[in-house]
Parts: sequence; C-alpha cells; structure tokens
Amino acid sequence: MESKKYQKIVDKHQPKEPKTFNLLAAFITGGIIGLLANLLIDVYTYYFHIPTKTAGIYMLITFIFLACLLTAIGVFNNLVKKGKMGFIIPITGFAHSMQSAILDYKKEGPIYGFGSNVFKLAGSVILYGVVSAYIFAMIRYLIFGG
Amino acid sequence: MTGKFNNVYVKETSLVAGKLEKEGKLRKYYDKTYNTYSIEKSFELSEVKMNNDAIDILLKKSNTPVEKVDLFVGGDLLNQICATCYSTKKYNKPFLGVFSACATSMESIIVASSFIENNYIKNAICTTSSHNLTSEKQFRNPTEYGYTKPKTATFTSTGAAAILLTHEKTDIKVANFTIGKIVDLNQTDPNNMGAVMAPAAADTIFEHLTNLNITPDYYDLILTGDLGIYGKEILKDYMKQNYNITLENYNDCGTMIYDMNKQKEITSGGSGPVCSCLVNYGYIYNMLKEKKIKKVLLVTTGALFSPTFTFQKQNILAIAHAVSLEVAK
Repeated sequence: MESKKYQKIVDKHQPKEPKTFNLLAAFITGGIIGLLANLLIDVYTYYFHIPTKTAGIYMLITFIFLACLLTAIGVFNNLVKKGKMGFIIPITGFAHSMQSAILDYKKEGPIYGFGSNVFKLAGSVILYGVVSAYIFAMIRYLIFGG
Repeated sequence: MTGKFNNVYVKETSLVAGKLEKEGKLRKYYDKTYNTYSIEKSFELSEVKMNNDAIDILLKKSNTPVEKVDLFVGGDLLNQICATCYSTKKYNKPFLGVFSACATSMESIIVASSFIENNYIKNAICTTSSHNLTSEKQFRNPTEYGYTKPKTATFTSTGAAAILLTHEKTDIKVANFTIGKIVDLNQTDPNNMGAVMAPAAADTIFEHLTNLNITPDYYDLILTGDLGIYGKEILKDYMKQNYNITLENYNDCGTMIYDMNKQKEITSGGSGPVCSCLVNYGYIYNMLKEKKIKKVLLVTTGALFSPTFTFQKQNILAIAHAVSLEVAK
C-alpha cells in the first residue's frame, strides 16, 4: 500500500519528456540519412558506372565507415544527442554500437576485451534479425510459394 | 540506529575533480582538477590515480606522515571496489573496504569514527571516488555510445575525496550518526535514481530526528547526496505526507556542483559516491571552518543494485546513512 502511495508522489514530480520533439527530430535526421544514401547510390551508378545493386552495397560500406570514424573521433554520440534516434535506426547505428563497444573494451585486449564484447549491444539485433528473416522467409515460401 | 561520537574530529579534507566539475559552481574548493577523463592508460586506472592524488594531497595538506595513519576505510562504485583497493595498496596500511554505492562516504566515516571513538586507533583516512566513464561502462552503455537520456537521469561525477579523522581536538567535530535501513518501495527505473533513493533518505532523516528527539531546525543545513532536482522535490513531498516533517533548510549536493543552466549534459544533477563529497568536504567543510554554519546533517543516499539484478526484474534498493558535523565548542 505504501509503495502505491509513494508511486503517486513520484508520478507527480515526473517531468514531461519532449516526445513529439524527439520523434520529429528522429524523423528528420533519419530521413536526411535516407536521402543522402539514395544520392550516394545515384552518384555511384551515374559517375562510376556501378550497377545499382552493387552501388547499394558500396553505399552501405561508406555509411558504416563514416559511422565508425565519427564514433572513433567522439562525434557520433553528440550527433545522437542532438538528432535523436534518427542516427541509430539506420545501419549507422549498428556500426556505432559495435565501434563504441570495441573502443570501450580495447584495454582488456583482443580476446577477453573487444573480441568478446563487440556484439554487446548489436548481438540482440543480429540474433533476432536472423531468426525473423527465417520465419518470414518460411511464411513467404509456404503461402506464396517462394 | 543512531549514536553519538564524543571525541572524533575532522583534521583535513582533500578533493580532486574532473573537467565538468571544474566548470561547475564549486571549483574553488577543489585541490586539484583534471582536464581529461583519461589521465592514465585506462579509465579505471585514472580513477585509481585520482584516488591516490586525493590521499597524497590530504597527507601533505595536513602535515601528517602516512606512518601516523592507522586505518584506511573507503569504497567506490566499481565491481569489487577495485579502484579503492588498488589505490590504497601504495600506503601499506590496514584497510577496510566498504560499499553503499553513493552512500559510501558517510558509511566510511561511521566505520572509522567508531574505531577512533573506542580508542582502537588515533587517525584514519576515509576515501571515496567515482569516474563518469567507468560507471557508464559498468552500469549503462559503452562510453562512446550515443542515446537520449531521460530528464530524470543523473550524471556520475568524476573525482576523488579523502578525509582525515583524528582523536585530537580540531575545529570540526563528527557528532551524531544514523545507520540507514534498506528501503524498497517497488522502484525499478535505473534512470530515475532520485525516486529510488528519496524514501531511504526520508527514512534515515526521520529516524535520526526521532532518536535524538530534535526537529529539522536543530541543524543549520540538511544535505542529501545525489537525489537530483526531481528527487529533491519527491523527498520534500514524501517527508511532508508520510512523516509530517517540513524540510526548509535543505538542499541536495547533486544539484549544487554544476551550473545546471549552462551544463545541459548534467540532466537532473550529479550522482556517484564522490558527488556528495565534492560539496561536503569542500564548500560545507569551509563554511563550518569559517563558522558560517554550526551544525550540518549530511545524508548520503545510495542505490543498491547491479545491471544483472535489474535485468532479472528485481526492484532497485536504496539506503541512506547520515552523519552530522558540528563546530567544536
């Protein structure tokens, strides 16, 4: 009973998070990243005559590299603080989570340090990404016949 | 449990602090500050170095050779309180490690004072340290990982603090103490530590006042450790509703260190074991020395939890220990 009464006091003093602003900021930054990615694919296909499918892969590699670089020089976390989760949801966020874990565990060495901790945050994404890919591929195969 | 010490005095204190603390409001009370989080090979070793610096400065400031110190008592936030253990090794002296998360500083004073009070020892040093990035790494995400912090989150302070307690009479006396109980009011949000720890602080303050049969205005100032701006309001409200005590001469150390208007990254205030010390051992200690205030009650609050227990859906526990410092007559 006492904890319920206390929860009421806590709720009373709970500050309002700027959810709409965060959502909007994430929408815009995420959108800008998507736009830049598409422009990059166009640049690769138009100027370097790379087939669109391969250009997509090159674009991903470029973005992964940029995210890792910005993480390593300590810029990426400040970008997230300003632009919110729009930076985290695309592949940049995935690269960032791995790179930041590597930096954190560098001092513990390559095996017990960053080797075993690199997927500390990204591990769940990989596991459930692979599992859901199997499930949806199976549904597609069974229902639509491939 | 409340008690009284009759012959324990504070001889000297020392504080070292990090960059953001230096940019805060209490910078002139720090003996040494650093411009980087990484003063040694790793963040953990940096915390060890800060602790060593604080102890060295304390010994120098108080003109006490390390041979005269009979006991070291201390703790920090890292697993197995390693930062304290590794920094105390150098002095080759009896050592007691204590842990109450952010309430460690007052626990160490209570432990050391009881040895002095009973004439087992003459001088003792209590140390406390915390480092923003070692705590981030241990309790939250990798240090470089970017995420949006809720407004109620607190910011672990960086620095180390040491205090030399002695049986010889000085200006400042360690007077009353209360050892807190573990309080659990079903709080589970690690991003709202103020809400977790406020009831523990309230319980300890209430016990202290009731056992000594005094009112809050007996003290010139009552200070909690690191409740933050929201926790502070929760405590006042809870104190009023549950115990019918109005706290007026009250403040929270976590909200006093930083310039909250300019330093936006601090969110709701400072935290960590060293947070309360950065105020108590500097600003408050000097006010007592200059006799601007006569009696002060220091209530440090700690959240007792680990990421493992939180992931296993356990409540976050809280504790608060109180010690009062008085100008000696």
